[in-house]
Amino acid sequence: MSLLQVNNLGVQFQTPDGLVSAVNGVSFDLQAGQTLGIVGESGSGKSQSVLAMMGLLAKNGKASGEALYNGQNLLTMSPRQLNAIRGDRVSMIFQDPMTSLNPYLTVERQMTEVLELHKGMTRREAKKRAISLLEAVRIPEAARRVDMYPHEFSGGMRQRVMIAMALLCEPEILIADEPTTALDVTVQAQILSLLKDLQRDFGTAIVMITHDLGVVAGLCEKVMVMYGGRVMEYGSANDIFYQPSHPYTIGLLGALPRLDHDGSELVSIPGNPPNMANMPKGCPFSERCTHVSELCISTLPPLAASAANPAVLRACHKAPQELKPSVEVVAHV
Amino acid sequence: MWSYALRRVLMTIPTLLLVITVCYLMLHATPGGPFDTERKVSAAVMANLQAKYHLDLPLWQQYLLYLKSLLQGDLGASFRYADWSVNELVGNALPVSLAIGGGALLLSVVIGVALGIIAALRQNSLIDYFVMLVGNLGSAFPSFVIGPVLILLFAIWLSVLPAGGWNDFDPRYMVLPIALLTFINVSTIGRVMRGSLIEVLNSNFIRTARAKGLPLSTIVFRHALKPALMPVVSVLGPLAISSITSAVVTESVFSLPGLGKLIINGASNRDYTLVLGLVVLVTVFAVILNLLVDLAYAYLDPKIRY
Amino acid sequence: MLFRSKQKAVAEAMAANLSMAAVEGRSPWADARERFLRNKAAVVSLILLSLVVLACVFGPMLLPHSYEDTDWDAMAMAPTWHNLHLFGTDDLGRDLLVRTLIGGRISLMVGLMATIASVTIGIVWGATAGFLGGKVDTVMMRIVDMMYAVPYLLIAILMVTLLGREFYLVVLTITVFSWMDMARVVRGQTLSVKSKEFVEAARAIGVSTGSIIFRHVVPNLLGIVVIYTTVTVPGVILTESVLSFLGLGVQEPMTSWGVLIEDGTGVMETTPWMLLFPAAMLSLTLYCANYIGDGMRDALDPKDR
Repeated sequence: MSLLQVNNLGVQFQTPDGLVSAVNGVSFDLQAGQTLGIVGESGSGKSQSVLAMMGLLAKNGKASGEALYNGQNLLTMSPRQLNAIRGDRVSMIFQDPMTSLNPYLTVERQMTEVLELHKGMTRREAKKRAISLLEAVRIPEAARRVDMYPHEFSGGMRQRVMIAMALLCEPEILIADEPTTALDVTVQAQILSLLKDLQRDFGTAIVMITHDLGVVAGLCEKVMVMYGGRVMEYGSANDIFYQPSHPYTIGLLGALPRLDHDGSELVSIPGNPPNMANMPKGCPFSERCTHVSELCISTLPPLAASAANPAVLRACHKAPQELKPSVEVVAHV
Repeated sequence: MWSYALRRVLMTIPTLLLVITVCYLMLHATPGGPFDTERKVSAAVMANLQAKYHLDLPLWQQYLLYLKSLLQGDLGASFRYADWSVNELVGNALPVSLAIGGGALLLSVVIGVALGIIAALRQNSLIDYFVMLVGNLGSAFPSFVIGPVLILLFAIWLSVLPAGGWNDFDPRYMVLPIALLTFINVSTIGRVMRGSLIEVLNSNFIRTARAKGLPLSTIVFRHALKPALMPVVSVLGPLAISSITSAVVTESVFSLPGLGKLIINGASNRDYTLVLGLVVLVTVFAVILNLLVDLAYAYLDPKIRY
Repeated sequence: MLFRSKQKAVAEAMAANLSMAAVEGRSPWADARERFLRNKAAVVSLILLSLVVLACVFGPMLLPHSYEDTDWDAMAMAPTWHNLHLFGTDDLGRDLLVRTLIGGRISLMVGLMATIASVTIGIVWGATAGFLGGKVDTVMMRIVDMMYAVPYLLIAILMVTLLGREFYLVVLTITVFSWMDMARVVRGQTLSVKSKEFVEAARAIGVSTGSIIFRHVVPNLLGIVVIYTTVTVPGVILTESVLSFLGLGVQEPMTSWGVLIEDGTGVMETTPWMLLFPAAMLSLTLYCANYIGDGMRDALDPKDR
């Protein structure tokens, strides 16, 4: 049985301009110890999907569909039931380490409260465990640092503290929402390697949200590509990277700058991100797709198994073979 | 932190000196003012003035001696009442003002913070609208409008409380004045608290706290309250200053024998030296209060403290 | 490489035809005016305030009584249509409506003059401090801080005690304590404009300092000046009223709302309308002025809530 099974997740926001659908028809499943990467541009709905699962949507947001954790639907739980799971069985770390920790409380207080709450530990026991976890995330002089305030840590160190805090109760799922976006590249590499090691040691399943394909390639077994609030393609990392079967994925991979690129221009996908308040009737990517047809504009393509490879799900009207000439080029390069 | 505290304390000295000097010089500069030797005053008063203010010495010496006497706690002699020194007059009036003003300040902080928290947690509910309404009323209507209306309501139409006056700390005479001052302060404190708590509850670190599965009470009282209180603390300084104005008006409206009434009477009587002494006293008090608030703010903010 | 030239041409054509909503350019002033007009409270307040001002200026000329006339038929009478004593009369038979309107003239006039004076001082102070920067700025702002720390009413009382209560002196007293907000805000804005990239850019291409001040600094100050002028007005009117209420404002025979309220307080037991009408006028004016100020702030600087 999957650890986490998401069926047809949707998120809508009530705005002064009307009802906006930020997420539509997202489905995936996560096995124990697996890593899933959710990839997409800003506004693709990737963050809102996981925020919905964690019950952290803004007040004007509403989630629909199912997110089954151990058979229980996270989306319809009472706050008390959800609180028992959050921080304990399912943890989340966020994009901006500079503002995600409370500047008025010591790191020790922010960590021990999780253990006091979920594991019934005393403060002293909790502090010991907090220190051991800080050491696991490679914070030097953890025993001394634990009593400090967040502003006394650097950005990279704060993100490590967040990771340590998320792992205190040995959760089954760790959701990481663009954890390295706000950090510089060298620190990014350290954090990612840390996550990999921790996953190996603790056996935690990770859902990694990012817009950086490189991050996904380094860490994830399965990949879900999102655009305009919908899933475009979903499969194993190998399949997605080496045999992308959706024009958007192909576009993304093609847009990656390479050192051996011999052209003079950087390639990009033409057009702009969609206006979520005003989505086209058909495929959300139709406005920017090079293979677009009448059918694409009028009818939403269903997320279905690819003809070329049943392990991959894709939402596209064109058969993979029709996209093939471009695909060959990518593989060749 | 300590260097900040020291700097802050030192900064108050120029302010105090400036105020005292300006007031003192204003008194001397005014033709027909108290230190004009042409002025006709009774012999007894003249004797007092000579003794306290050394009118026969050069100006700069008078000034320095005045500062010296201030440091010794001597506020000077009354221009009108030969029998009373300013200190004595203050001694009678101060307890009244402290009781009303101090009581009101304490009450308004407690009530204001509580109402602000409730309104923030129950946004757009009835109690939120009520708090916002109180907030608007308190700051829209001047104290000297609300005061008489209160008297009209409770003392005249309902006849449950006295319309004014003082009866040796009899609580019935303290209710309306304290209520007035509290109402005015609560409107500001409540609104600031509500706004700041709403903002804090929307911040990223509260989102983290929620993601950790913490119950609402823990989130509000352990995580949100302290950052939310900071704007309230920083508004207490200016609020205390404006409370002085409100206190003067309140004492006038309710005929309370406090410092405010004293200074008004002094002004109408043109008892210059009394007014000077009172201005100096209250300014010192206000500056110190402001200083304490700033220090409290610095103490509470870990980024400044460490 | 990825897109062969034909596909590239198609892609480019698509990009050109993309259904992006056409965004019309609009000047920030038109934007602000629209935002202001959408704010119903502010618009209503503006209308009401204009009515009050018009009434105070022209009303007394239209009413049959002057503010000193004694109406022997109607002593201490409650509001009535008889003889158009719409606000009632006091115990000397003087019509309250006329007195309230005349008092309004004084209150508003003091408000206007003190506002102009303090706004001028504030702008000059703030712009100088912001533009010169460095030590001058520090000292000037320190002085502002000191002014804030002083309880204004006491100094005002002292000033009135010494200088007397001539009209212009009252305006002076109020002005002395009302310029600081504007100074602080103008200084902040000047500093921020000074360091903006477009000023650097203008300098880099050789625009003269004077031109920079006129073309770049001043227009960016206008917004904040307008906002804080409308914010200063109610404060100034309030200060005048407080002084008048305490008997330290304008002198007889002039009257203002504060004086009327104080008089009304004395007789409110028997003739409550003497208190309530002037109080209502003052409160209405302050309330409207506050809403207009808020509306201006929201209209001209929507992110600053």
